[in-house]
Amino acid sequence: MSYLTEGYTLRSWLTTHDHKRIALLYAVAITAFFFVGGAAATMMRLELATPAGDLVSADTYNKLFTIHGVIMVWFFLIPSIPSVLGNFLVPMMIGAKDMAFPRLNLASWYIYVIGGAFTLAALVAGGVDTGWTFYTPYSTMFANGHVVLVIAGVFVVGFSSILTGLNIIVTVHRLRAPGLTWFRLPLFIWANYATSLILILATPVLAMTLTLIALERLAGIGIFNPALGGDPLLFQHLFWFYSHPAVYIMVLPAMGVASEIIPCFARRPVFGYRFMAYAILGIASIGFLVWGHHMFVSGQSLYAGMVFSMLSFLVAIPSAIKVFNWTATLYKGSITFSAPMLYALGFVGLFTIGGLTGLYLASLALDVHLTDTYFVIAHFHYIMVGGSVMAYLGGIHFWWPKISGRMYPEMWGRAAALLLFFGFNLTFFPQYLLGYLGMPRRYHEYAPELQVLNLFSSAGAVVLAAGYLLPLGYLGWSLLYGKRASANPWEATGLEWQTSSPPPQHNFHETPRVERGPYGYDPVR
Amino acid sequence: MATIQFDSAEERRSASLLGMWLFLATEVLFFGPLFFGYLRGRLAVHEAFVSGSHHIHFWLGTANTALLLTSSLTMALAVERAKLGRGVRLMLSLTAALGTAFLCIKAYEYASELGEAASARGGEAMFYFLYFAMTGVHALHLAIGIGLVAWLWLTARRYGERYSMPVEVTGLYWHFVDIVWVFLYPMFYLLERYNA
Repeated sequence: MSYLTEGYTLRSWLTTHDHKRIALLYAVAITAFFFVGGAAATMMRLELATPAGDLVSADTYNKLFTIHGVIMVWFFLIPSIPSVLGNFLVPMMIGAKDMAFPRLNLASWYIYVIGGAFTLAALVAGGVDTGWTFYTPYSTMFANGHVVLVIAGVFVVGFSSILTGLNIIVTVHRLRAPGLTWFRLPLFIWANYATSLILILATPVLAMTLTLIALERLAGIGIFNPALGGDPLLFQHLFWFYSHPAVYIMVLPAMGVASEIIPCFARRPVFGYRFMAYAILGIASIGFLVWGHHMFVSGQSLYAGMVFSMLSFLVAIPSAIKVFNWTATLYKGSITFSAPMLYALGFVGLFTIGGLTGLYLASLALDVHLTDTYFVIAHFHYIMVGGSVMAYLGGIHFWWPKISGRMYPEMWGRAAALLLFFGFNLTFFPQYLLGYLGMPRRYHEYAPELQVLNLFSSAGAVVLAAGYLLPLGYLGWSLLYGKRASANPWEATGLEWQTSSPPPQHNFHETPRVERGPYGYDPVR
Repeated sequence: MATIQFDSAEERRSASLLGMWLFLATEVLFFGPLFFGYLRGRLAVHEAFVSGSHHIHFWLGTANTALLLTSSLTMALAVERAKLGRGVRLMLSLTAALGTAFLCIKAYEYASELGEAASARGGEAMFYFLYFAMTGVHALHLAIGIGLVAWLWLTARRYGERYSMPVEVTGLYWHFVDIVWVFLYPMFYLLERYNA
C-alpha cells in the first residue's frame, strides 16, 4: 500500500492532506503553466528570427514578454522546487509523517490555482503589456489592458508562497526525527529552509506594493505619483526588495538539489558541509541587501549605488564557495554520469556563467552600458533556466523512482539532459554578445546586422523546446511501463531512501532515528 | 483530526505558535510599503500632512485607541481563562464587542471624512489616501480578528487545561493588530497636531 494507491478518485486527490500528493498536484499545475509561458517565449523567438517586426505587432510582443515573465516567475520558477520537490521531500528527509500544517498545505495549492485563474483570465481577456516588473508610472497611469487582474493573480499566488514557506519552516523546526540535529540535515533542507525565510519575508512586500499599484490605478491617487508628493522610484525600491531575493528563492533550492545529486553520483561526502550550510544562509541574508543593483541608472544616489554594488559583489563569495565545494566533492570520487548527475553538472556550469556575468552587471560603470540589453536577459536566464530549471529537472529525475515507484529510461534521460544543455547555450550565449553589442530588450524588431546571432538564439530555442518536451514524454511513459524501482536505486544515504518506493501514506512505518550526518558516501564500493 | 504528524499535544501547540509568529513576521513586512509610502509623503509634502492631521477626528481616534488597548487586555484574559477552562466566553465576547465598537466608530469617521477626502488635492489627497489605505488595511485585519474570536466563542467548549492552543494563537494575532494601531494612531492623529 503506497500513497499513490490510497485512493484513485479525483476527489481523493483534490481533498488530500498528504504532502506527497499535494506535491504532485503542484507538479501538474506548474508543468501546465511552464508550457504556457514557454509558448509565449517560442512566439518571441520566432518573431526575433527576422529583424523586421513581421510576425506579431509591437503591442502583441509586449504582451508576450509580460505574460512569459509573469507566468515563468510566479507560476513556475518560484513554486517549482519548494512546492513540488520541497513538499514531497522535506518531511521525508527529516523523518516526519507529514508537513506541520497539512490542511494549510492543501489550501496553499488551491490559492495557487485561484491566482493562476486570475492570471489566465487576464491573458484570455487581452493581456497586459507592462512587463513583469509593472513599473510606474506606466502601469498606474498609461497602460491599457488588464493590469489589475494580473496584479490580483500575482497577489493571490503570493499567499500560496508565503503559506508554503511558513509550513516548511515550522516543519523543519518542529518535526525532525530523533537525533536529527541541525548540522545533520541534508543541504536540500537547509536550502529550502533559507528559501522559505525569504518567501515569508519578501513576498508580503510585493503583495502590498502591487496592491498600491492597483489602488493608484483605480483611485488615481497614490504614493507613486510625484505630483502628490509620491515617488516612482519608491515603487522600484519596493519591487526589487522582493524581486531580487526572489532570484534566490529560485536558485537556493536548486543548489539544494545539486548538493544531493552530486555527492550521490560521485560517491563522496559533500565537501565542506558546514561551509555549504553557512553559504546558503549567507546568500539568503545578503540577498536582501542588494536590490539597488537593479536601479543603477534609475537616478538613485551614487553612494547608494556604490554600496549596492559592493554588497552585490559580496554575494559572489558564498556562491563561489558553493561552486568550489561541488567541484571539490567530485575530486577523487567515482563518478557516474547518470541523467540526474548530467543535469546537476549542467546546473553548476551554467550557474557559474550566470553568476560571473552577474558581476559585470554589479559593476556600476559597466552596468550603464549593459542595462536593459540582452546581456541582462542572458545573465538571468543562465541563473533561472540554466540554473533552476536544470536543477529542477535533475531533481525530478533523481527522485522519480521515489515519487512514482518506477525507473525512467536512462538513455532518454541522458539524451534530454545533453540536448537541454546544448539548446540552452545555443539560445542564450548569443544573447550575451547581442547585449554587449547594444541590442535592447523588449523590442520586437532590431538592426539587421544583429540577425545572425538572433538566428542562433532562435534555433537554440527550437532545440530547447524539444528538450523540454522529451521528459514530458518519457517520464509519462515510465509511469505506465517503467521498470519498478527498488527502495534505494541510487544507493543514496538520505532518509527518504530508507522507505519503500513509492512511500506509504505516512512515509515511514517506524520513525527513523538518526545517528550521523548526511552524505555517508564512500568512493570505494 | 488529522494531526498524525505530531507526537504530542505540546508539539502541536509549539508548532502552531511558531506558525503564527512567522505569519506575524509576514504581516510586519506586508505593512512595510505603506509605512515607507507614509515616510516618503511626510518628507515630501510635510505641510499637507500637518494640516491633514487637523482635519481628522482626534477624539474619535483617541477613543478608538482606548477601546483597542482594552480589547487586548480582554484577549489576554481570554487566553488565561481558556487555560483554566472557565469564563472564556465572557472574555471573548468582550473582546469581540470592543473590536466591533472600534470598527463602528471607524466607519462613522470614514463616512464623515469621505467628502473632504474626495475634494482634497495634491499633498492633502496623498495624506487622505495613506490614511484610508493604512487604517483600512488595519480595519480589515481587525474584522478578520473579530471573525476568529467569534469562531473561538462557538468552539469554546473545547478549551481547557489540556488544549487552549487556538485561543493562544488568535491572541497573538489580536495583539499584533492592536500594535499596528499603536503606530497608526500617533502617525495620523498626534504628530504635529499642536504645531501650525
